[in-house]
Amino acid sequence: MDLRLLDAEPTDAERTAIDAVVGTAAAGDGRVVRGDRHRRHLLLPALRAAQRRAGWVSEGALGYASRRLDVPPADAYGVASFYALLALEERPAEVLHVCTDLACALAGAVVPEGAHASPCLGLCERAPAALRTIAGEAPREIQLPETGPPLPQAGEDGLRLLRRIAAGLDPASIDDYRAHGGFTALARARELGPEGVRKAVADAGLLGRGGAAFPTGAKWDAVARQPAQPHYLVCNADESEPGTFKDRVLMEQDPFALVEAMAIAAYATDCTHGYVYVRAEYPLAHERVENAIAQTRAAGLLGDFDVELRIGAGAYVCGEETALFQSIEGYRGEPRNKPPFPVEVGLFGKPTVVNNVETLANVPEILNGDARETRLFCVSGNVTRPGLYELELGTPLRALLELAGAEPVKTVLLGGAAGSFLRPDQLDLPLSFEGAREAGATLGSGVVLVFGEEADLTAAVLRIAEFFRDESCGQCVPCRVGTVRQEEALHRLASGATLGNEVETLADLAQVMRDASICGLGQTAASAVQSAMINLEVLTP
Amino acid sequence: MTAVSISAPRRVVELTVDGTPVRVTEGSTILDACKRAGIETPTLCYGDTLTPVNVCRVCVVELEGARTLVPSCSRKVEDGMVVHTDSPRVRTSRKLVLELLASSVDLSLADDARRYAADYDAHPERFGPDAATVAQDVKIDNDLYVRDYSKCILCYRCVEACGVDHQNTFAIHVAGRGFGAHISTELDVPLPDSACVYCGNCIAVCPTGALMFKSEYDLRQAGAWDESRQTEVRTVCPYCGVGCNLELHVQDGDIVKVTSPDDHDVTRGNLCIKGRFGFQHVQNRD
Repeated sequence: MDLRLLDAEPTDAERTAIDAVVGTAAAGDGRVVRGDRHRRHLLLPALRAAQRRAGWVSEGALGYASRRLDVPPADAYGVASFYALLALEERPAEVLHVCTDLACALAGAVVPEGAHASPCLGLCERAPAALRTIAGEAPREIQLPETGPPLPQAGEDGLRLLRRIAAGLDPASIDDYRAHGGFTALARARELGPEGVRKAVADAGLLGRGGAAFPTGAKWDAVARQPAQPHYLVCNADESEPGTFKDRVLMEQDPFALVEAMAIAAYATDCTHGYVYVRAEYPLAHERVENAIAQTRAAGLLGDFDVELRIGAGAYVCGEETALFQSIEGYRGEPRNKPPFPVEVGLFGKPTVVNNVETLANVPEILNGDARETRLFCVSGNVTRPGLYELELGTPLRALLELAGAEPVKTVLLGGAAGSFLRPDQLDLPLSFEGAREAGATLGSGVVLVFGEEADLTAAVLRIAEFFRDESCGQCVPCRVGTVRQEEALHRLASGATLGNEVETLADLAQVMRDASICGLGQTAASAVQSAMINLEVLTP
Repeated sequence: MTAVSISAPRRVVELTVDGTPVRVTEGSTILDACKRAGIETPTLCYGDTLTPVNVCRVCVVELEGARTLVPSCSRKVEDGMVVHTDSPRVRTSRKLVLELLASSVDLSLADDARRYAADYDAHPERFGPDAATVAQDVKIDNDLYVRDYSKCILCYRCVEACGVDHQNTFAIHVAGRGFGAHISTELDVPLPDSACVYCGNCIAVCPTGALMFKSEYDLRQAGAWDESRQTEVRTVCPYCGVGCNLELHVQDGDIVKVTSPDDHDVTRGNLCIKGRFGFQHVQNRD
């Protein structure tokens, strides 16, 4: 295609930063530089590089990235304007993003002048938290506070996924990982053969830990038997559910385990290429995972498989698996309609295994013969010991609350913003998939956000409504407009200026979003709000 | 689209729609099956010359065994599907989708949407006078067509027509996110600074009047637009040898806009700048 291109030129610095991602341009006659339309998947990395160099995505940088990758400028602008962390207007090189989401709000978060308010940064155990981004020749991002409470918080004796972290593993050293038993599961996998690995995972009854609790074995089998090639493996590390930070801890403190698990998963499902898609807000995880991939590759342990790190740019919806594919492919993170499901038509239209970080972390344990079923819980809010807890599935919620030192508890938000608020009489429910389901709740991504007696639930419900309005991709009507109308109605209820039967209006909005939205974001956008109204009579006249 | 099908015969799939068995060929959508069964289904983002994007969600139906409703425009039929098109769940979702659109977008020229809203008893006023809308100034930056995004329901049809479905010009795309998502050129530059080639194929697929011939817009502003006084004259475009059919919309002896039939083998509703807008010489009476 012949593209009409933007006139503005990039600065030399921007050009160098983008070239570092897409390669140096071939020498031409200076007039026409043909791009390569098969490399569109480098668009987001190129825009990210430009932003990290210059502090924003200028017209010149946008135009240069479009030209090099043969993406129409209007299309590239659509992508750049989709992601909250890409700036299309010039701003200072150093920007502070202050989390104002649920856990940080409970901890009294305040946005100083000149700083940007942010949705959950996944640092809930050290709330109130912030992220400082510094653009320039040596760009970096800093998670604040830089350290949190000790990890893991409790249960040292029975730890499984957090075992090595508790033992003080050096997360940057492949030798130390080996010294802690690393890569034995990969060797075991190669003895078992692909089918044997899939059988072991299926027999263990492993369910997805990202929120949807889909059986991992069934997903792997479905991809393994697809005739279309290649197969892709994607690790969904775009952990953005408010209150969730478990995958961040795993990636920061035990990154080799993730790489080993991916090598096993790829072997079992005949994948030759894999991606780890990590949210942009996790700089330490980027560094540690990238290092773990490089060292594992250098040690020759990946075999025919290779894996690369991809970094988001600020979009909760990209945690939805098909939106994540769109994002890797260089498009706006708009979820696809399903079916077809990723096991048939996934990344780049090919059969794709998508697993969450914690789900994958279970795989080496299973192959090493540890059949216990544990689950990570992200505890934050009004507790004296916030942090990450690993418990056997079925442990009573009350026991977890006691471990964490919860104050007298008004309610718990279980499963995150897409989860639900529990009634006081539900605080004894067993933390298992079935236990949560019987209570009409979900473990979701393992969020246990505690609201004490003094907590302002109205503010929390309004923040959740604001979160979904902000994070809706805007593609389908029920979610794009429904999340706005939900927030408006809640504000009317909060101010007392109601119009007719607002409770009925909100219930109708909940139904259309749940029933007619394209993806899980819209389908759960009213879940926590409705649970607060029904279970706790928040904002209910 | 050729006159004679040269592909292998396709398998027939049988499903049940509202209690009636329906047989359609494999690869058909539930919407096709509904049409076969004589059931009218509201659609807004669906266009018969475009790839379904299933974003408006007004065509949703209830499929037994599915957790959520499914978009009939894009869900392919499977043997044994049991579909309900008029259940309370379907009616509620369709009604809400129409209320959400009508409360946020100017639907004054969206005849289909208004008719559906009446059919489904939609009450957009329930969201109050302060409900957020997409109201904004009309964009008039060229002599051929105007863009009034206050009337845009974000059906993606213009983006598809400008892109791979028809024109392959890629002058516009969806930009922004959430309720702020909108149709835009790169960096919102005016059309003359964009890649637009003024084929007007976006106007042809727009279901709400957000994209409009400047000639129509001017007549409407002057209160002189009157479809009851208009006739449509079918002719062949005189500019080149392709043979595009033109529908000249004539009011009081003047051509006021030009379309092409969707079911025409050559154009499928599309034209180029000459066929679409090059009619002034016909009525140059000087």
